[in-house]
Amino acid sequence: MADILTPSAWLLAVVQALLFPALAPLLVGWVRKVKARLQNRRGASVLQPYRELRKLLFKEARVAHTASPLFRAAPSVVFVATWLAAATVPLLTIDLPTAVVADIIVLAGLLALARVFLALAGMDVGTAFGGMGASREMMISALAEPAMLMAVFTLAMTAHSTNLGSVIAHHLGDAFVLRPSYLFAFAGLTLVALAETGRIPVDNPTTHLELTMVHEAMVLEYSGRHLALMEWAAQIKLLLYGVLVANIFFPWGIATDPAPLSLAIGLGAILLKLAVLGAALAVAETVLAKMRLFRVPAFLNLALLLALLGLLSHVILEVGA
Amino acid sequence: MRVETALSIAGLAVALALGSAAVSLLAARFPKVVRFAAMPLTGLCGVAAIVAGLGALLSGGVATATLPLGLPWLPWHVRLDALAGFFLLLIGLVTSAVGLYGPAYVRGLEQGRDSLVALGGFTGLFLAGMLLVVLADDAFLFMIAWEVMSLASYFLVAFQHEQAANRRAAFLYLLMAHIGGLSILLGFGVLASFGDGFAFASMRAAELSPVWASVAFGLVFIGFGMKAGLVPLHAWLPEAHPAAPSYISALMSGVMLKVAVYGFIRLVFDLIGDVQWTWGMAVLAIGSLSALTGALFALMQTDLKRLLAYSSVENLGIVFIALGLALIFIDTGHPLPGALAFVAALYHALNHALFKGLLFLGAGSILHSTHERDLEQMGGLLRRMPWTGFFFLIGCLSIAALPPFNGFVSEWLTFQAALQAWQLDSGVMRSLIPIATAVLALTGALVAATFVKVYGIAFLGQARSRHVRRARPGPWGIRAGQGLLAVLCVLLGLFPTLVIGLIDAVPRQLLGGGLPDAGSQGWLWLVPDAFETASYSAPLVTVLLIAIAVLVVWGLHHVGVRRVRRCDAWDCGFAPPTARMQYTATAFAQPVRRVFALLFRVEETQVPREDGGMRHQIKIVDRSWDALYLPLARLVEAAARRVVRLQSGNVRVYLGWTLVTLLVLLWIVSA
Repeated sequence: MADILTPSAWLLAVVQALLFPALAPLLVGWVRKVKARLQNRRGASVLQPYRELRKLLFKEARVAHTASPLFRAAPSVVFVATWLAAATVPLLTIDLPTAVVADIIVLAGLLALARVFLALAGMDVGTAFGGMGASREMMISALAEPAMLMAVFTLAMTAHSTNLGSVIAHHLGDAFVLRPSYLFAFAGLTLVALAETGRIPVDNPTTHLELTMVHEAMVLEYSGRHLALMEWAAQIKLLLYGVLVANIFFPWGIATDPAPLSLAIGLGAILLKLAVLGAALAVAETVLAKMRLFRVPAFLNLALLLALLGLLSHVILEVGA
Repeated sequence: MRVETALSIAGLAVALALGSAAVSLLAARFPKVVRFAAMPLTGLCGVAAIVAGLGALLSGGVATATLPLGLPWLPWHVRLDALAGFFLLLIGLVTSAVGLYGPAYVRGLEQGRDSLVALGGFTGLFLAGMLLVVLADDAFLFMIAWEVMSLASYFLVAFQHEQAANRRAAFLYLLMAHIGGLSILLGFGVLASFGDGFAFASMRAAELSPVWASVAFGLVFIGFGMKAGLVPLHAWLPEAHPAAPSYISALMSGVMLKVAVYGFIRLVFDLIGDVQWTWGMAVLAIGSLSALTGALFALMQTDLKRLLAYSSVENLGIVFIALGLALIFIDTGHPLPGALAFVAALYHALNHALFKGLLFLGAGSILHSTHERDLEQMGGLLRRMPWTGFFFLIGCLSIAALPPFNGFVSEWLTFQAALQAWQLDSGVMRSLIPIATAVLALTGALVAATFVKVYGIAFLGQARSRHVRRARPGPWGIRAGQGLLAVLCVLLGLFPTLVIGLIDAVPRQLLGGGLPDAGSQGWLWLVPDAFETASYSAPLVTVLLIAIAVLVVWGLHHVGVRRVRRCDAWDCGFAPPTARMQYTATAFAQPVRRVFALLFRVEETQVPREDGGMRHQIKIVDRSWDALYLPLARLVEAAARRVVRLQSGNVRVYLGWTLVTLLVLLWIVSA
């Protein structure tokens, strides 16, 4: 395995890592555009999120008198941890050194690190909103994290590995046998992805209504480039979950060797898959209504149950086979 | 270093602990003795224990000695092997930090009415007791050292005995420590009756039938589980730990619970030896229950030290989950995952000693500066006590199992061990282990919520009371003690491979096989099994995190507008936010309380206040009181009421009872 720790592989890993922040706003713009069309609006250009980030970067940041140094450090920590987590997910090709540096449990850990700093930043200024958002975020994540790990462990147990590259390679070599455990894990992970990225029906990324907001409540005190980093991190997280779902459950097209042609095919394939996933998300957000906060636990319990069913059906049905 | 030298150094550590106890006797006349003599001796004792522990781990040998003490036919045996060495190291690390921290903390007590003789003396005895438990090589010395440890810590819990709550906590602790001690003694009895004597060597050689082995295991599990605070035998722990002075809490929570883990490992893996997978299932179940219950109750607490105590229940639960996995894998003939789970348990025990020690010292430093334990009164401490705030943040991130800190490494190892469940043949085990893993994942997320709450409420936001607003940073000794543990937390997170190389001596000696490939890819990579299966490179993750952070900050410096203006917090156009408008600790935990409502008994009451207003009170009661302790207490009371009839107060009746007893005994003996 040490043969993948070559300079060219590292270079490829850096390129792939840079693709994540570059593509993330595009996915958000695409989802918004499809949603607008579904609601009979024309909608903004798909490039609008880039413009928003640029606008925020060129605005003066304001920081409350009561804020501590943690308030100014937090956006960087959140952004960096989310980005590094994203960099470990195979986007174009599976044989990357980043997958050996950090496996799927480390990925969950890095996302948790980002989340903890996001929640702490929410509580830092000492307003009611920040505390409320932090409290809700930690409740949702407390229920979502076990579901995510269970879904992932289903795959890890099948592939006998928590290395994402190995999991995808195993699935590719499986000749796409339809396993019941994968279906359950897929359903569970999709529900978790909706909750973790703050989409409808769990949270609404465009709301500013106090009763319902989670993510927005935590970043309410941020402005300027601090806010830009926070928003960008949230967009990267959406892309991360999109790529995770797309590449683990539909690994078609992902490059298994570092040849330029297969990499190009890999890029085309993942863009296509993300476009489909984004459109599906937009449809779901159009037909679903936002849930009351205390309905969310039931939603996440369903995710956990699905993931556990996946694990058990793997353990009981598939191991002997 | 030769292991015999290490044993003599361990003896020196015990002598230093006893010396610090003896020196403290002078404190009645000269209160400064504790600060300038007893506490430094404690610190030296810690350093000696570290040296002895490292010596034993590095040499990989075993040293034994017989002390000219004890009963005529039963001299005391001591023994230093890798397992004992690991726990000496663990005790020593926390004790050294306490040695740095203690003098400044004790200074605040010199003016008070509390007896420093008792504090210094029992601290020394407590340490000596813990060291001797680890070194003991026969049941006799083990039990004596165990009782010294328990009794000394009882007096430390009862240290501030003017408060009725502390006396009650201490009594409950004494009671449960003795029930636990009795159970361990009976366990030794079973082992000794199959071997020929009380020395561990003969118990190790004993051949137990599977049934008696299970009986011994059950007794030992109850005894050590009670000391380790496993659910449902944890009730004393959240009462006793907060009552003691803070650095004693650090020692009790960080170290004494680990001595119980040591005892469990020594008896089950070493002395009973022939383990059974059913025991592993029991340990796994109780461990999962403890982890989840501890995490939930910790999240509900508003008293900082009580919260930390409940979090110890949770962490010991994780240690026992890993130990349960080790038992299962070892009995079913999978030595490699067994050793992996075993190493995970030891690593987590060490990590917990460090971060819980750090957090209790931090709580003590808040108490020292603000005289406040209630989270609802704190706030904004990060700006008033920046160093404590910084070290406490490291403790919170470590305990919440976030990369690249140490708590994450042991949790990662536990997950990796659990994921080897596919190797097992039994479908029941294969499906129950993943459920335990789900519980572990849920626990981890709840712990993150708990420590976001603790840090957010105590250190961030605005001060909620006047004395907290006036908090001052503590003296340098208090900061140095925390700093030492914080640095260790970071180092153990950054270089797990080196630490595992050290810990690996324990399973190699005890189970006959360690993790041969753990360091096969160099210190940069942590690889439990094979590179394709799983790998984690803590140094690279950290380097990448820092490199990207530098890049991002540099980029922001050159792109966009750099100016930052200070302003008031956003107030939705209403009156500026005050400290009273912040989210409270109770409010923070409310959603989770509602989700897991079934597990708690919540008593909500309205109490009229003096000014005519109403005060809303929420009391969260542990259900184990209703289910286990209260019925038991009622039973004991009812039995006592029956027995009390014996006590008439008339001397002749008592003499009559004595006569009857003697006659019955005579009959039994002659029959």
